[in-house]
Amino acid sequence: MVYAFDYDWIAQYWPVLLKGTAITVELTLVGGVLGVALGVACAWARAYGPTWLQGIVAAYVELIRNTPFLIQLFFIFFGLPALGVRMGELEAANLAMVVNLGAYSCEIVRAGLQATPRGQFEAGASLGMSRLQTFWYVVLIPSLQRIWPALSSQIVIVMLGSAAVSQIAAEDLTFAANFIQSRSFRAFESYFVATLIYLLLAILLRQLLRGIGWTLFPKRAAL
Amino acid sequence: MNDFTTWDIVRNLLLAARWTIVLSLVSFMGGGIVAGILLFLRIGSSRAGRIFVQGYVELFQGTPLLMQLFLAFFGLGLFGVNVPAWLAAGLALILWSAAFLTEIWRGCVESIVRGQWEASSSLGMGYVQQMRHVILPQALRIAVPPTVGFSVQVVKGTALTSIIGFVELSKAGTIVTNATFQPFTVYGLVALIYFCLCWPLSKSSQILERKLNVAHRNH
Repeated sequence: MVYAFDYDWIAQYWPVLLKGTAITVELTLVGGVLGVALGVACAWARAYGPTWLQGIVAAYVELIRNTPFLIQLFFIFFGLPALGVRMGELEAANLAMVVNLGAYSCEIVRAGLQATPRGQFEAGASLGMSRLQTFWYVVLIPSLQRIWPALSSQIVIVMLGSAAVSQIAAEDLTFAANFIQSRSFRAFESYFVATLIYLLLAILLRQLLRGIGWTLFPKRAAL
Repeated sequence: MNDFTTWDIVRNLLLAARWTIVLSLVSFMGGGIVAGILLFLRIGSSRAGRIFVQGYVELFQGTPLLMQLFLAFFGLGLFGVNVPAWLAAGLALILWSAAFLTEIWRGCVESIVRGQWEASSSLGMGYVQQMRHVILPQALRIAVPPTVGFSVQVVKGTALTSIIGFVELSKAGTIVTNATFQPFTVYGLVALIYFCLCWPLSKSSQILERKLNVAHRNH
């Protein structure tokens, strides 16, 4: 018997897919922005912070980078309520993504900070800039530019990893695919369509990040 | 209701961790073999081969591993065979690892300076000889740290196979949680076991990188 593919159901279920896609996009945007911000803060703490803070950040980074995202998600959603921290599935999903991307981007940003020559600080200070100004304009922005490609691919990886949040019933694109296959019994087709949407999202996100790179760092293209 | 001691929990998790290790090894080695073949197509002279591998890599790096697992699970089912979860899990992880390893290794081969190719070809070496005696020995050295680093991704990737029903460490964590109602302890322990598997790999990748100091050797 040859299996007959059937995609007629898409007409019926496209609002479900659209809603799932919107949630995946929302998770990626929030996770991406806050995750990178957390990563920059952690990179600063690891490079220039007090020693005790460096230790904490190092432990956080190692812990997150060496455990699966799915387990981090389960720990936050199922484990933390034991400590009295309760949250909805979307908050838990967002939190897990921020915490996850924070650890990875910390390492990426730190690599960029380390590549800044020592003299840059002195140059900044000699121009009368405050420590914060020097860090922001002289150290951080050129570092971010240097590591932007690595950071971009990490953000795409986190977006793809967000498929796992369907496991705590956050209604993302994968959840939509699960829902559709349970209704239509067209498992292969619904996951296939969802996969194509993910592929499209990944391509668009990569272009978007490249565009952001160009706007954020316009003048230093030759660096 | 039964009472579970912490030892009961740990013992069951450790038993399940065996399957995480087996699946990681199979996926990593299988992925390595497939990646080796893809690498030769990618850097070879055939245009069709290059485009095929580029498309393959784009497809597997641009879609979630979870979706690949679902498609393998339900896709194999379309052939009318009853697919066990381990088969779908192994297949999807092998193909997924192969995409990443191909890209990593391609970077390593391409980082060998052009002059090495020219020098060896001026010695009258053919393509296979160049590869075997000049390019690969150098590229392999560069490839070791990122390859070991990627093995961490493979171990973490196996956690997703719990979703299609393969009973490994993550699935065991869920099962044990459902029996003990202690999610905090159980998922904490699961995370700890993953950490014990992954951290030595991450660390050795870092150490190898420093030891081989490959980034600055040719400049």
